[in-house]
Amino acid sequence: MTEQRLGTKRLVVGAHYGTMDFIVQRCTAIIMAVYTLILFFGFIFSSGMDFLTWRHLFTFHLGVLPVGQLLATLAFLSLAWHAWIGVRDIWMDYVRSAGLRLLLQVLTALWLVGSVIYFAKVLWSL
Amino acid sequence: MSDSASKPRPQFRNIGITQIPTYRLPPAGISSILHRVSGALLFLSLPLILIPIFAASITSPESYAALSSWVSHPLCKLVLLVLIWGYLHHFCAGIRYLILDLHIGQDKVSAQKTAGVVFGVSLALTVVFGLKLFGAW
Repeated sequence: MTEQRLGTKRLVVGAHYGTMDFIVQRCTAIIMAVYTLILFFGFIFSSGMDFLTWRHLFTFHLGVLPVGQLLATLAFLSLAWHAWIGVRDIWMDYVRSAGLRLLLQVLTALWLVGSVIYFAKVLWSL
Repeated sequence: MSDSASKPRPQFRNIGITQIPTYRLPPAGISSILHRVSGALLFLSLPLILIPIFAASITSPESYAALSSWVSHPLCKLVLLVLIWGYLHHFCAGIRYLILDLHIGQDKVSAQKTAGVVFGVSLALTVVFGLKLFGAW
């Protein structure tokens, strides 16, 4: 292994946020995949799909806990974080101008934060 | 030794956007770029199409009925079909990446094979959901 040193003491290493992003991308993917299957089986095991049955998938409670809303919120937050990493990677791969890339990353963050607020408002005002 | 100096060595540079059609990607490569395209598509449609549809479907019986009549337009069905494909492809290709992360199926032959499985499953499911969407049953 070649180690790049500044002076005699400092070892130059990364901040390891790439590893963190790698793990987050996988964890959020698994959460969304499991939630997709929960919704899918909830959908096909409910006899006849109408408004109330559909709505129940997102509003059902276990005891006092609003589990339907909590699961949907968890899945959506996973989605936003997952999309942030993915779309930021697209800009980093294809946009070489640092200024334009920064602008696109800021717009991406706003797009996703706005989506989270929009979704939370719809879901939690039920 | 002697002719290596006289022969011009081939140069390989990054692919320019105009050269893309001249490259022929293997199945795993096609699955990979479509994973990216479908992800970007879902990202863009999220607050423009997907959350509004979710909101209409869940807010009230009236908005649910309004959504149902809106979806009966063929153009809307086509847009939905593209998004359904995007979701299914992203889902299936993503599962493949999770399996590859477990160091399963990483050799050349099985990696191309599993990319084929991704296309088979995601396109078959798109056809099933599409038939449901266009009212086959």
